[in-house]
Amino acid sequence: MRFHDIVSQSAFRRGEDDWDYIICARHNPLDLKLREVYRYRDLLYMLVKRDFVAVYKQTILGPLWFFIQPLLTTLVFTVIFGRLAQISTDGIPPVLFYLAGITCWNYFASCLTATSTTFRDNQGIFGKVYFPRLVVPLSIVASNLIKFFIQFLMFLGIYFYFLFFTGAPVQPNFHWMLLPLLVFMMAGLALGFGLIITSMTTKYRDLVFLLSFGIQLYMYATPVIYPLSSLPPEKRFWLVLNPMTSIIETFKFGFLGRGTFNWAHLGYSLFFMCCLLLAGVVVFNRTEKNFMDTV
Amino acid sequence: MLSDGHMDTVIKIENLSKQYRLGQVGTGTLSHDLNRWWHRIRGLDDPYARVGEVNDRSMKGASEYVWALRDINFDVKRGESIGIIGKNGAGKSTILKIISRITSPTSGCVKIKGRIASLLEVGTGFHPELTGRENIYMNGTIMGMTRREITERLDEIVAFAGVERYLDTPVKRYSSGMTVRLGFAVAAHLEPEILVVDEVLAVGDAEFQKKAVGKLQDVSQGHGRTVLFVSHNMGIIGSLCTKCIYLNNGTVARIGSADKVIAQYLSNCIEKKNTQLSRRKDRIGNGSVRVTGINFFDAVTGKPVDMLITGQSIYIEISYLSDISRLSSIRNFNIGLAFSTSTGHTLSVLNSEMANRAFSNLPLRGSVFCHIPRLPFMKGEYQVRFTLQVNGQLADQVDGACTVTVLPGDFFNTGISYPHHKNGIYIEHSWTTKII
Repeated sequence: MRFHDIVSQSAFRRGEDDWDYIICARHNPLDLKLREVYRYRDLLYMLVKRDFVAVYKQTILGPLWFFIQPLLTTLVFTVIFGRLAQISTDGIPPVLFYLAGITCWNYFASCLTATSTTFRDNQGIFGKVYFPRLVVPLSIVASNLIKFFIQFLMFLGIYFYFLFFTGAPVQPNFHWMLLPLLVFMMAGLALGFGLIITSMTTKYRDLVFLLSFGIQLYMYATPVIYPLSSLPPEKRFWLVLNPMTSIIETFKFGFLGRGTFNWAHLGYSLFFMCCLLLAGVVVFNRTEKNFMDTV
Repeated sequence: MLSDGHMDTVIKIENLSKQYRLGQVGTGTLSHDLNRWWHRIRGLDDPYARVGEVNDRSMKGASEYVWALRDINFDVKRGESIGIIGKNGAGKSTILKIISRITSPTSGCVKIKGRIASLLEVGTGFHPELTGRENIYMNGTIMGMTRREITERLDEIVAFAGVERYLDTPVKRYSSGMTVRLGFAVAAHLEPEILVVDEVLAVGDAEFQKKAVGKLQDVSQGHGRTVLFVSHNMGIIGSLCTKCIYLNNGTVARIGSADKVIAQYLSNCIEKKNTQLSRRKDRIGNGSVRVTGINFFDAVTGKPVDMLITGQSIYIEISYLSDISRLSSIRNFNIGLAFSTSTGHTLSVLNSEMANRAFSNLPLRGSVFCHIPRLPFMKGEYQVRFTLQVNGQLADQVDGACTVTVLPGDFFNTGISYPHHKNGIYIEHSWTTKII
């Protein structure tokens, strides 16, 4: 209503060349249209709600799946990497170590997987009505945030068990307060990668096949199932170039007290994320204009 | 300023062009993209923007790039309701898609004042698992409303759709008609300043169509809103729009008052259809005998006529040709003609078996004639469909085989011609003061 009133009043008062929208072949790539995204915040809310309702309604166990999936993964990792391969967990109980890594990684991976198919999954809607397309990947990041929060609560439960009832060498420190920043950075990285990938897959479908495989490989290039400290010092540099490394390491350091924490590493990741996100939004907005012709 | 507000230009389209790539997108796109990029960094023009030709579906083109729209220019003033007409592939939907910002132009500009809502489909974003109420919010926010706006209008929307009882039932339990009604109800309550409508009215039952057209009329006439409307239904265009744009192969063939532009469009269609009946591909039937032409003759002068007059005595000639490899002679030849309005309502049927006889022992190629002593149709355009049965089997049928124009004339032999423009039929009758 507010917007409507403003426009209808102003349209009368304005001169001939004062237009609300100008649709042209080219536009300024740095115009990120974020104001418009903000105006559609109610749509974002509805999309998040839809995701949740749809997920609940089609399953028997419903929200229990949010717990089952990371627990099973943790179990598998504990058996394979902990027992069989005997990879170091820095003295932390393997279950806790893997669950910490998986909780974080899951958020990143599920955001990335879902945002990177934005155009393909929504071509029906995108072909029929205009709204700032960026709302859709943002809603994915938001609804996964709720999922992450639920899984994080489960992690906390198991974490407190180990902290208070076992003699495990778990030493939390104030760095856990960086959690909001870490989550924000994971969301930003996943969104940045996802936007670029979905933009490229509208034309080059090959990337779709690479994606699920790529995410799996990327997990092994990130210290999720092993600590950074298990690598020889001269090789650590290469791993730190991966912006996810410092995020996972900081999370483990803050909660478990083991791991590597370095402000420079975290700063680098943050900088990387900002550049990636900017590039992602620019590429996404560019693709959005014409993707209906190629998809 | 407010006084001349209604003369504002609210949409200005300048040199709008849109190029599409035909054939398989995907193969060779990388090499074209690299070539484009290489031209761009050297400061040259897009090498593929120059190629491309007029978009005519039926002609085989040499280039794989075509112009769906080429240098379109027109202005829309506040409060106008404009119909966009043209045959399939003329670029009507492409224009709407560009104005609705679903795709962007290859060159040129569209400038818009005011909030715009486009109805290229009703019920966009409906999720089968969500209830009717949740889907109203879902669809409404997709169309750009806020949740508060929707809450304010929820009662009106529900009443308009007529789905009160099902409001908290998942939409997957709705009939398709109910889903469409709900979608249209949300769209109808958007209250934009510019409304862009693609043929969404082709769905729903008759009662709902009437309601929908009424709502669109309200929108366009009552509140000074601007409506852009694409349809193949000339009846609805004629009643809703004051002005029409006739697109042909991606260019503007004519802009003007709705009546005149529609008349030109229809006459272009007739010429094309009548001359090409024998070449039409959209026919059904086994093809043992085919109708090759339908022509009209004045029964008095015996001369062929293009347009008919109410009350005129006419002959309709139906020429046919049989497939010699399958038939030696034609027995039991039963031809039917159905006259319908441009909106598809059948008004009357003519049928040889029903009227007097089925033909038998006809030559393999020839004509049969139907005599109508006094043409009962009122002034207007009529679509003719024929159905040909040979030996009890459907041999040939074409919908909209031709269109005839009927001019006002004297059906009752009173010397007065009544210009009823209703697409109807006069029936013989007289008035007395008592039963004779």
